[in-house]
Amino acid sequence: MNDKLSAEAVLEDQELVAKFLQDTTLFLGPDPDIMRHHDIMPCTDYEAECVAKHGDPHQMASIRDRMQSACDESYEMLEQMGAAPGAKWGDVITGIYSASGDLTIGSAGGVLIFSVLVHHPIKFIIKNWIHEPTVGLKEGDGFIHNDSRYGNVHNTDQSMIMPIYHEGKLVCWVASTVHEGENGAIEPGGMPSMAETPFDEGLKMSPFKVVENYEIKKDLLTFLQNSVREPKLQYEDMKVKLFACMRLEKRIKEILALDGPDALTACMRSTNDNVKAEVRRRIAEWPDMTVRTYCTMDSTLRENALIKLNCTLTKKGDRLIFDLTGSSPEITNRAINTALPGAKGMIAQVFLNHIWPDLPRGQAAFAPIEFITPPCSIVDGSVNAPNSQSLMSIFLSFTVAQHATAKFLYSLPKKYTRVLAPWYNMISTYIWGGMNQHGEMLGNLCADLNGMGGGARMDMDGEHAMAPIFASMADIGEQEMNEEDVPFLQLVSKKMTTNTQAPGKYRGGMGYTQIVATKDSDQWGFMTTCVGSKAPPIQGLFGGYACGAYPLCKVEDVDVYDVMLTEPERFKHSIVETMNEQPYENAKYSSHHMGMGFSLSKRGELYMISQGSGGGYGDVLERDPALVIKDIEERLLTPDWARKLYKVAFDDETLIVDEEATAKLRADYREQRKKQGVPYAEFVKKHVQSEPPKDIPFYGSWNSDLSVVYAGSNDDKRDPQDPGPVYFTNPKDVEIAALESELEAIRKKTGILPRDNRK
Amino acid sequence: MKVLMTEYLRIDLDAENWECRVCDHTIGSARGNYKEGLLVYNRDPADIHPHIIDPEKYRFTFCPDKDWVNILEFYCPSCGTQIEVEYALPGHEPLYDMEVDLDALKEQWSHREEITEVTIGPDVLGERQQHSHSH
Ligand SMILES: [Zn+2]
Repeated sequence: MNDKLSAEAVLEDQELVAKFLQDTTLFLGPDPDIMRHHDIMPCTDYEAECVAKHGDPHQMASIRDRMQSACDESYEMLEQMGAAPGAKWGDVITGIYSASGDLTIGSAGGVLIFSVLVHHPIKFIIKNWIHEPTVGLKEGDGFIHNDSRYGNVHNTDQSMIMPIYHEGKLVCWVASTVHEGENGAIEPGGMPSMAETPFDEGLKMSPFKVVENYEIKKDLLTFLQNSVREPKLQYEDMKVKLFACMRLEKRIKEILALDGPDALTACMRSTNDNVKAEVRRRIAEWPDMTVRTYCTMDSTLRENALIKLNCTLTKKGDRLIFDLTGSSPEITNRAINTALPGAKGMIAQVFLNHIWPDLPRGQAAFAPIEFITPPCSIVDGSVNAPNSQSLMSIFLSFTVAQHATAKFLYSLPKKYTRVLAPWYNMISTYIWGGMNQHGEMLGNLCADLNGMGGGARMDMDGEHAMAPIFASMADIGEQEMNEEDVPFLQLVSKKMTTNTQAPGKYRGGMGYTQIVATKDSDQWGFMTTCVGSKAPPIQGLFGGYACGAYPLCKVEDVDVYDVMLTEPERFKHSIVETMNEQPYENAKYSSHHMGMGFSLSKRGELYMISQGSGGGYGDVLERDPALVIKDIEERLLTPDWARKLYKVAFDDETLIVDEEATAKLRADYREQRKKQGVPYAEFVKKHVQSEPPKDIPFYGSWNSDLSVVYAGSNDDKRDPQDPGPVYFTNPKDVEIAALESELEAIRKKTGILPRDNRK
Repeated sequence: MKVLMTEYLRIDLDAENWECRVCDHTIGSARGNYKEGLLVYNRDPADIHPHIIDPEKYRFTFCPDKDWVNILEFYCPSCGTQIEVEYALPGHEPLYDMEVDLDALKEQWSHREEITEVTIGPDVLGERQQHSHSH
């Protein structure tokens, strides 16, 4: 009896302490209880009641269809009315969430990753603001959010979140999200590579109320506008997102009027429960197996380094477990880390877009999938890690997931899509900013980021510059339209970059060249933010190759607009001609990795990049010679390179294939492979090193030992469960140190004294 | 019964072996790493991804840096088919990429019909083409 009493007393004390702490919390930071979970919320008593009452599958399907069309309609609104380039070209999404915050339906188009991630801020609002007397929740409220430590991908994406009421009772939530670009960070355009702490990354909005009674609060709006480079854009798109939410509300109220809140709730709950059950059933169809893969980032966007993203994917029964142990520790002062939901959300895209596109596009399709991630790693960054370039680690997360799942999918008797090689995974585009030709301050990017090459499929080539891995049905934009607002031209665009394909029996879809030059502003600049200029960021599939490497090329000390006026024939329409022929006298030609920090450009100087190719599929020797010739005809390949790569014999003039000679070339080449190939054990003995290469800074696990991660040198080994901080030196300081030591050597040799020898 | 595992590999459930689908060569035990039965070649990246711009003049040329990545090609020792390619960290061991639970696979396929032609998935492109023919 005494024991029981004291246990009760302890419990009471604990509750009191918990309440005290809650009431006196000085800062409501990102909540791990919310942020580390991606499963759907437990069924509430009310939801169970509704499901028991409304079992008619026809009614449920009808409500679901109306929710889907409401999402698609509001998606169209965002795309048509949104002012951000990202909005115009489809980098947006809308969705409907249950009363507990689970996404049930997202729009069919757009950036689906948001859908798996916007439930976090909704759950934060539910937990913290509904019962907070200074905030509260009522009909007509709207909340804004962009800080990825509270949900979503990166803080260039802004969401508007709105509760939906029926007769005074909360029935569900709606949200609309747009990649806005500009957010007041240290570089324009919203994705600074230069950020070394979260405080360099611009606006960091935890979810807060910015709309009351369907009106944006002007004082808060002004504060937000005052914090970014594009105040008009900030206002315009907040309105657009609000109106998209209000349209969703209107459509939901139509459902409520016709079917009632219980039927709507039943539909949302049963949809999520049924999808989750169906996903478990589909996983059970996969072979029980462990698949291992990894990809590497070859840069931090500031300097080159080899950074590993490791993936062990295990399927057992109806469980599927992603273990990303062995991936690089988080980089304390580089922006390429992601908060865990970003990595998960991107992996969810693999399933929703490329494996089970037939499932309702909500959170449940991903709910049963499990994750193991090393703490304070590039895929599970701490709140102190900058993450404005989280795209780098989330895109590689996508690729390892796409590569690993393909090896499970091939054997399945029933497939919902084709097996395909990894998609290209970098946003090869220009982020830009400065003063435009109309005297307005801008900061944003070209929609060419959406033109990633598609992976080769099991029975056909990949599609060129098809769609970004983070969205389906997005657009690459109309450059002529952009040019009304920006002071630069894309002098070469939408022209495929010859000889850059990822070869295979089926080749990956290729990317196009983009050559830009500023024209009508002396305060304008560009940045580029891709890895993969030294080592490809993807893999091929089943004997197909990955893409190559993609640099940034520059021509400085030239004004090509002058050249075009006086000697137009000098202007070259490809990177290869421009760089190898060097047609402009006295100009400076240079190549760089694709992590160019924001740099001011002068009129007529050329910046040249190419999008990348999706991965290849299968053995090059099995490629249909007719497809090889087609690629030559379309100038995707030069004849010489086609011959070398695919071992095809054809006539240079007519391009007619000599079948017999081709068969012989290929048979001979198979024999050559048998000669040059070394038996596995012998190869491993000769080739495999016990440590990473000495001269390259390497981050991550080495070989199959996942108990240690390297942090930049072979002497610096860390515990993957507690890696501690990892700092990079400013590349300019590295350069200065190298120059100083060169200078020191010259001084020693020549006896030249420094200007001032005092310490 | 045999299970088609990849474009070029299948598992003979009864013999418990990995086999080459092109030449029927037995590669090794399906309880182990199929790569151990293959030939490996460390390919120069420039053979696959050409220097688009002049490597004498430029540091970054579109060709991956061979000090930063190895392209490991795995061949069937009998027919020379390129069964797998791995873009590997330089000097990193090749991955044991498909570790199959063979007993579970046997159990799973004991309820299935054997498949000798791989299934592709829904033919959405075909439908679109047929549609355009009718106009
Ligand atoms: Zn063979």
